[in-house]
Amino acid sequence: MAYSEKVIDHYTNPRNVGTLDKSNHKVGTGLVGAPECGDVMRLQIQVDDNNMITDAKFKTFGCGSAIASSSLATEWLKGKSIDDAMKIDNMDIVEELALPPVKIHCSVLAEDAIKAAINDYRVKNGMAPIESEKVHH
Amino acid sequence: MNLPIYLDNNATTPMDPRVLEAMLPYFNEKFGNAASRNHPFGWVAEEGVDYAREQVAKLIGASDKEIIFTSGATESDNLAIKGVFEMYKEKGNHIITTVTEHKAILDACKHVEKLGGKVTYLPVKEDGLLDLEELEKAMTNDTILVSVMYGNNEIGVIQPIKEISAIAHKYGALFMTDAVQAVGKIPVDVNRDGIDLLALSAHKIYGPKGVGALYVRRKGPRVKVTAQMDGGGHERGMRSGTLNVPGIVGLGKACELCGLEMESEAKRLSVMRDRLQSSLTVLEESYVNGNVEHRLPHVANISFKYVEGEGLMMAMKDLAVSSGSACTSASLEPSYVLKSLGLSDDLAHSSIRFGLGRFTTDEEVDYAIEVTKKSVTHLRELSPLWEMFKEGIDLDSIEWAEH
Repeated sequence: MAYSEKVIDHYTNPRNVGTLDKSNHKVGTGLVGAPECGDVMRLQIQVDDNNMITDAKFKTFGCGSAIASSSLATEWLKGKSIDDAMKIDNMDIVEELALPPVKIHCSVLAEDAIKAAINDYRVKNGMAPIESEKVHH
Repeated sequence: MNLPIYLDNNATTPMDPRVLEAMLPYFNEKFGNAASRNHPFGWVAEEGVDYAREQVAKLIGASDKEIIFTSGATESDNLAIKGVFEMYKEKGNHIITTVTEHKAILDACKHVEKLGGKVTYLPVKEDGLLDLEELEKAMTNDTILVSVMYGNNEIGVIQPIKEISAIAHKYGALFMTDAVQAVGKIPVDVNRDGIDLLALSAHKIYGPKGVGALYVRRKGPRVKVTAQMDGGGHERGMRSGTLNVPGIVGLGKACELCGLEMESEAKRLSVMRDRLQSSLTVLEESYVNGNVEHRLPHVANISFKYVEGEGLMMAMKDLAVSSGSACTSASLEPSYVLKSLGLSDDLAHSSIRFGLGRFTTDEEVDYAIEVTKKSVTHLRELSPLWEMFKEGIDLDSIEWAEH
């Protein structure tokens, strides 16, 4: 199976690799997936006082599509409000990266990581977590 | 040095130019049907097949009459398992095999179960070898066949074939081996090893795809298998179908070359393989899978912990290797062979198989070492698991959200 050019680009030059201080109350961290499944994503956001995402970082253990999905997610998160970020849909990632059906789970994981990071931030700052209504799989 | 570099010689091998040369006349000038007994076109083709039969037999210490040509090892495995079950089911209905066999054996055994047979799938030890005591315990009066592969395709371990066949024979069962990865790479001898049936394939030994053979013992005991295809009664009635003459000639030539060059080639490859392995296990948290003493000379299967295999292969885009990672298959399940060694799923996901071959050079191995080291290091920088490991966090203490 050949990878799309965009997957190769994100994989070869991943954007925003790194770690934010998870003890900082303005940082939200989402850690999703499991080593047994061959995919673990950690996505972190730095949020300002207006609930705008000013920085995003990731680290991913997984295949090329998983790395590309999380790299793309960090790009999309920067400059968005946490409410708008909540609306990012895994199918947007599938479309942007031209992921084949067998790799859709990578985009689902990226969406889960975004939501987990936002909810971590919300809980840390006294807001209720937002339950995702969408059911994957 | 040309890129990409081919290090997946357990999947298939490039054809040796000498094999191709031997085959070419049989596509046009010597095109006859080997079963045409009444004109020279048929005789010439038959001569080619007869010669190939001797070449194949010689490599495994058999007689030419014991070689049945097939379309490849999958067919040979199917013919052996199903054919023995059908032929001997009045005597007993029990077959013993191992969990690390090739799918052709495992799925043929499942088919036998549907036909009312009983199959025991023995586990293997952590090093990939079969526990002989476990085998002996599993033997019953109804056991008609024990089928254990000679050398494993994923990890390269060589089973104690002589000891296994002795146990099978002690209880009156036949012994079958899928020897696809071993024949032509290490000395295999059906009499020394006590083999009653043996499957081999041309394309793993620098021959063409689409042709293989099943060795079926003729003396002590005389073994028979029920044909799985109905037709003209070719190959002593065990495998009907017009013979693939060019393919068979190619298989014969491939076997002859292996016989001549195997010994020096095994030495050359094992030195190269050991160099590859020792250079890569210098990396922290990298592990060789499978027994390292009883192993084929050209295979190294290594897990690089905290890096996912498919992601790693993508970084090593100029190396053609293979991974036990789930992501390489549609099933999303990691390698069943690695899991049966007791490897945790994450280590199975992190494995890479390097398969060297006749045309692999030292320069290519050097390149492979460099690229692999660089890629593992790069991907660990991206890996949250590597970061946690470095911080001393026990990954087992985390409640992972399985998805």
